[in-house]
Amino acid sequence: MKPFEQVVRDHGTVVLRVCRALLSPADADDAWSETFLSAMQAYPDLDPGANVRAWLVTIAHRKAIDRFRAHARAPLPVESLPERQSSLGNPSEPDDELWAAVRSLPDKQRASVAYHYLADLPYREVGRLLGISEAAARRNAADGVAALRKTYQGAMS
Amino acid sequence: MSIEEMLAGSACQDELDKVTQLQDLLAVKAEDVGALDVAYRTVASPVGDLLLAATDRGVVRVAFLHDDEDAVLQGLSDQLSPRILRAPRRLDWVAIELDEYFAGTRHSFSTPVDLALARGFRRAVLDHLPEIAYGTTASYARVAELAGSPKAFRAVGTACALNPVPIVIPCHRVVKSDGSMGLYAGGVAAKKVLLGLEAA
Repeated sequence: MKPFEQVVRDHGTVVLRVCRALLSPADADDAWSETFLSAMQAYPDLDPGANVRAWLVTIAHRKAIDRFRAHARAPLPVESLPERQSSLGNPSEPDDELWAAVRSLPDKQRASVAYHYLADLPYREVGRLLGISEAAARRNAADGVAALRKTYQGAMS
Repeated sequence: MSIEEMLAGSACQDELDKVTQLQDLLAVKAEDVGALDVAYRTVASPVGDLLLAATDRGVVRVAFLHDDEDAVLQGLSDQLSPRILRAPRRLDWVAIELDEYFAGTRHSFSTPVDLALARGFRRAVLDHLPEIAYGTTASYARVAELAGSPKAFRAVGTACALNPVPIVIPCHRVVKSDGSMGLYAGGVAAKKVLLGLEAA
């Protein structure tokens, strides 16, 4: 088995992106920490042939749901996120804009985009995580990217 | 650049920095909940870069990093536990004592040692090596006597070569009967440096 240090090195940024796509920046940090702490505790029992990234994203997915539930008053926090335009005239990094646009997508689209495009999971896996069919996951990801193309690239140009 | 390419793009500096920061925090949390089986760090020394690793029982590995760092970590993962993180805190003691040793102000180590990586006769040999005083040497045959198997001087050589915690357990003080230096896992040059340091 690879040393866990290597697992963090190999997948740390992907899991961070997934968390950032799903949650606010502060919650994303916490979800990342909780994900890797849980993963480290369970790591020696992981099937050596397992897809480590899919396993980590599964844990991150559960941690994100925990966070949604913790903020029970706003079960769909994304709905309340304003369209992010810099009010100061000094727009932040383009990446931040992109993640903000991802976060503003409806739940299933956002998760499908994050798990497929950020974490590179096949649609079958994405569907399993979200409790929807492979075809529905594919459709959600496609709709999500189409929406991003409109809102994000529209805002950029 | 398409949206798809941007989403899948390589990590930016901000993300790498954030992960480094979160990883340091993870090491602390993992230690708190008892999930950190092996902590490690690297230090610079007069005999080259060293990788130090410790379990909760003590320092378990001192590796000369002319070997690949990843290979050393993989070995620890295979032999001890894969729950390994860079976590300097647990190694602070060892690092300080090594600094003092290389400065010539420390002549023996008081940091706890975990000899989980040495068993049987190899373990018996390591148990006796600290009896060779700072600044002195002993022959392989003499150490074989100390370990209770006078004829096993070749096995003593093997035990020294495979010592998981060199420097802390002073296998560099074991030399050939004719007074020549013999081999050393850290390289003969490193052995020379260590013996020279102790002779000063």
